[in-house]
Amino acid sequence: MSAVAVERRERRNPLAGIWAFVKRNVLTVYSILFFVYLLLPIAVVIVFSFNNPTGKFNYTWQGFTWNNWRYWDGVPGIRSSIVLSLEIALVASLVATALGTAIALALVRYSFRGRASTNILIFLPLSTPEIVLGASLLTLFLNLNVIFGFWTILIAHIMFCISFAVVTVKARLVGFDRHLEEAAMDLGANEWTTFRKVTLPLIAPAILASLLLCFAISIDDFVVTYFNSGNRITFPLFVWGAARIGAPPQVNVIGTAIFVIALTAMLVNVLVQMRRSKGAT
Amino acid sequence: MTPYLLLAPGILFLAVFFVVPLGFLAYQSLQSGNIDFGYSFTWAWGNYWHAIRDYRAQFVRSLEYAGIATALALVLSYPVAYWIAFRGGRWKNLLLLFIVAPFFVTYLIRTLAWETILSDNGFVVNTLQSLHILGPSGRLLATSTAVVAGITYNFLPFMALPLYVSLEQIDGRLIEAAEDLYASKLHAFLRVTLPLSLPGVVAGTLLTFIPAAGDFINAQLLGSTNNHMIGNVIQSKFLEQTDYPAAAAMSFILMGGILIAVFLYARLVGTEQLTGTAA
Repeated sequence: MSAVAVERRERRNPLAGIWAFVKRNVLTVYSILFFVYLLLPIAVVIVFSFNNPTGKFNYTWQGFTWNNWRYWDGVPGIRSSIVLSLEIALVASLVATALGTAIALALVRYSFRGRASTNILIFLPLSTPEIVLGASLLTLFLNLNVIFGFWTILIAHIMFCISFAVVTVKARLVGFDRHLEEAAMDLGANEWTTFRKVTLPLIAPAILASLLLCFAISIDDFVVTYFNSGNRITFPLFVWGAARIGAPPQVNVIGTAIFVIALTAMLVNVLVQMRRSKGAT
Repeated sequence: MTPYLLLAPGILFLAVFFVVPLGFLAYQSLQSGNIDFGYSFTWAWGNYWHAIRDYRAQFVRSLEYAGIATALALVLSYPVAYWIAFRGGRWKNLLLLFIVAPFFVTYLIRTLAWETILSDNGFVVNTLQSLHILGPSGRLLATSTAVVAGITYNFLPFMALPLYVSLEQIDGRLIEAAEDLYASKLHAFLRVTLPLSLPGVVAGTLLTFIPAAGDFINAQLLGSTNNHMIGNVIQSKFLEQTDYPAAAAMSFILMGGILIAVFLYARLVGTEQLTGTAA
């Protein structure tokens, strides 16, 4: 097929060849500019984590310092906000992934009455603006006189993570071969052993992907948390409060740290995939 | 029996903390009274009319900003999605990682970074001033341009990823066939590639438009009160003025506005495209 394409390209007149060359490079140059635009704010976040601002505002470059990194928790409240965010993200991603995996298994492996409406119920939270999710939960808690705090934040995060968990696990389960489970059962394994020894290892990558996604979404969430936090402060809420009076460079330090950790995890994943696909060809 | 046992815990959770709250929100939106003496349910449809009467500008602005930002995101990211899908080779995954990289920086911190970039003494404003595109006292912060730019940037990956997925699935032989049948490159693109990528366009548009219309962070951090969107009003009515019925009514008007916009869009591109991606 490629030989045919090359032959055809050579048969064209040279002008068309040059035009095709320019056009191909226009797209490449544009794409590089696009990536510069996409990554520019990230560079700003990283650079300004080393800034040494004289006043309250970390807007203009004043001088280089390691101090923001050395005293990353030097701002009152920042450490406790990070701890709370980590706790919520950890528990929310575990619970949402457990609930979501069960739903995904049911949707992919069984046909049952109410399947279509289940799909809609999963799809709806994803297509509702966050502010409406946050506001409606707030109304529920207000009307039931629930005390706002750790539990209300946790419930909110599990709620908006479930759909993401279902979608992620479902996507990886579609190619799932049921014969493997049947083979295990034929060989005398009971349902639980089959699940533990066959199903679980097969869907483990999907579960891990869901855990990571839910963790990332939870730790980044501002809007829904803002409505349901009471007087507890997660890291995004801390940033919001700090932004009103001028965010300290420590905010950039934490932002950079989260970015580097997430990027490293993803890079390892991508490199493993690239190596695997290279080995396959 | 098994599927229902698997479904029950998660579905129950969503029912109690997603469906029931929407019911409470509807109930709240038809109440009257105030926070000190309590609210009571009186079928107060006036909440809806008052919200539309008093905040029409913010409603219109939300749909307008979200619409412009969605169109910009589509135009900006289509060529790149195309480039990765057809020229990415074995670097595809790495390039996609660059696309989602902004998501690894906390949303608020990303937006604050734009505040720094667009600030009055920043590089961008200085350049535009020396080119006389901006007047000497001209600024970018606290303008609608900054808010739309912020929204566009923040939701760009939501547009680029579905575009990439639909472009990547296109069989390159179809495009070759069109060219073999003497279609020009442009014609082949317009008649083959673009229609085949339409599901991605539709999915990306919805994924960008819906959260953008409800956003208030960009308007708060990059705009002035003249750029406030309905999200800002809902947020302040709920959390600062504790006028719950008005805020609840506005939430439903926002959802209604989004539904109407999505419906009109569906009419425009054809319903099969829309349901095709939703299913």
